[in-house]
Amino acid sequence: MSGYTEGIIILLCINAIAAMGVSLLTGFTGIFSLGHAAYMALGAYTTAILTVQHGVHWFPAIVCGGIMAVAVAFFIGVPTLKLMGDYYAIASIGLGEAIRLILENWQSVTRGARGYPGIDPYTTLPVAAAFFVVLAIFMFNLINSRFGRACKACRDDHIAAALLGFHTARIRVISLMISAFYCGVAGALLGGFLSFIQPVMFDMLKSTELTAVVVFGGLGSMSGSLLGTAVITLVTELFRPISQYRMLIYGAVLVVIMVLRPEGIMGNREFLSWVKAPFRRRAG
Amino acid sequence: MGEGSFPEAGRMSAFFELTGVTKNFGGVQAVSNMTFSIEKGELAGLMGPNGAGKTTIFNLVTGVYGLDEGRILFKGEDLARLKTYQVTGRGIARTFQNLRLFQRSTVLENVMTAAQHHVPYSFAEGMTHLGRWRSGEKKIREKSMALLERVGLADRAEQAAGTLPYGFQRRLEIARALALDPELLLLDEPAAGMNAEEVALLNVLISEIHHDFSLTILVIEHHMDLVMEICPHIICMNFGAKIAEGTPEEIQNHPEVLKAYLGEEEVE
Repeated sequence: MSGYTEGIIILLCINAIAAMGVSLLTGFTGIFSLGHAAYMALGAYTTAILTVQHGVHWFPAIVCGGIMAVAVAFFIGVPTLKLMGDYYAIASIGLGEAIRLILENWQSVTRGARGYPGIDPYTTLPVAAAFFVVLAIFMFNLINSRFGRACKACRDDHIAAALLGFHTARIRVISLMISAFYCGVAGALLGGFLSFIQPVMFDMLKSTELTAVVVFGGLGSMSGSLLGTAVITLVTELFRPISQYRMLIYGAVLVVIMVLRPEGIMGNREFLSWVKAPFRRRAG
Repeated sequence: MGEGSFPEAGRMSAFFELTGVTKNFGGVQAVSNMTFSIEKGELAGLMGPNGAGKTTIFNLVTGVYGLDEGRILFKGEDLARLKTYQVTGRGIARTFQNLRLFQRSTVLENVMTAAQHHVPYSFAEGMTHLGRWRSGEKKIREKSMALLERVGLADRAEQAAGTLPYGFQRRLEIARALALDPELLLLDEPAAGMNAEEVALLNVLISEIHHDFSLTILVIEHHMDLVMEICPHIICMNFGAKIAEGTPEEIQNHPEVLKAYLGEEEVE
């Protein structure tokens, strides 16, 4: 396999991990975020600083990156997610910009806007793939469990959910924390893949891309988010030769999908349910 | 059961009891000084014209709104201090006048969402699908299917809830509420939007679940016939206040009730 193909697959795994996180929050819990790149940045910088400056092994460092994102998500989530509506979306814009600016200006720790070089290239294909597979299994299991139904209940009707005994604010915060963990790990892997991170990589554009991928794949469909990630990542990579125009194509693809299929590629269905459906009908 | 058997100042607290409950919205008194009690195992009706404040009472009981004055006791516990999500844990479930189903989920998932409370497996077990996950999910699914069977929706289990006909959505809400294993079931206008035939079937269903699940039920209705037919104990309210309480016969002939429903007689 050529280094280039390998690189694309690693990038796919990383983007898919982040997309799964956002999908849980936006697609399944119904909370829009425009600042999830901040959690990726937190994961990336925590891991980079731990491995480069403190000589921590990359694996625990990646986990720490995820946990750092979770901790910040908790402090942001508790005050904002008690409120209904799109308060978190607004707060997340602020969070995204705040984290980026802190990273740019806290020179002594993050080395500022020039970026953080010299990260050990620990994100090899097996590492990225293993993280993706394990986290995907956890995520798909999770949405098919009590917690997944609780999230969907909060998304569809928070009053009914509360009257069914769900502590909706707590479920939203937990959902955000899990989602932040996924993005934190994705950011940490990205750092190890590129060996270099820069605050500008985690700007608002990255955040909107994360949410766009999830909407594109279909809100409430985890496999849709993965498909969306694959399409968007490949479109941007395939058209790299015409570099100036590739964002144009990226935009056009988004517009076409939203016009032709506003519910996203998969709607709210999972890939497996399409495979299973004909058999079920025959049985019934 | 006559007026005398509803002890408003009894020593023992009743199974479910409202005392002097008052709620204002701005300058409008939605509920004023409402007092009534229901004994365990009763099938009671809360009746009144549109806008009388019936649904507000349910919202006060379930903590959707906060009380201005008064007390709501359930098995001796004051519900006013509880959050909405805690009320369910005490054994109270309700349905909604304007259906609140999880539209995008399947019929079965709707019931499973409620049924999962009494089947514990940990978060980690849910994430890994190990341990008690399999047996837990099986239990949840079986219980939910049994309830769907009970309300006659088993053959539509895999359909999206939002695509069900209206009458079936009401039945689904009842099934979902029953999945919480409540002791007290509050039904908010279960017959709204149903035709006469559907109402008759619903009457049978309510009477059956009242008996089979040994429930205490409080039904809100503004249609007099439904309440009159199935509820031996009726509370009638208008403009936020109780105007009559008693058996269907007593209610039927109560001058205040007739006035509320038919308008005041012109007296020369």
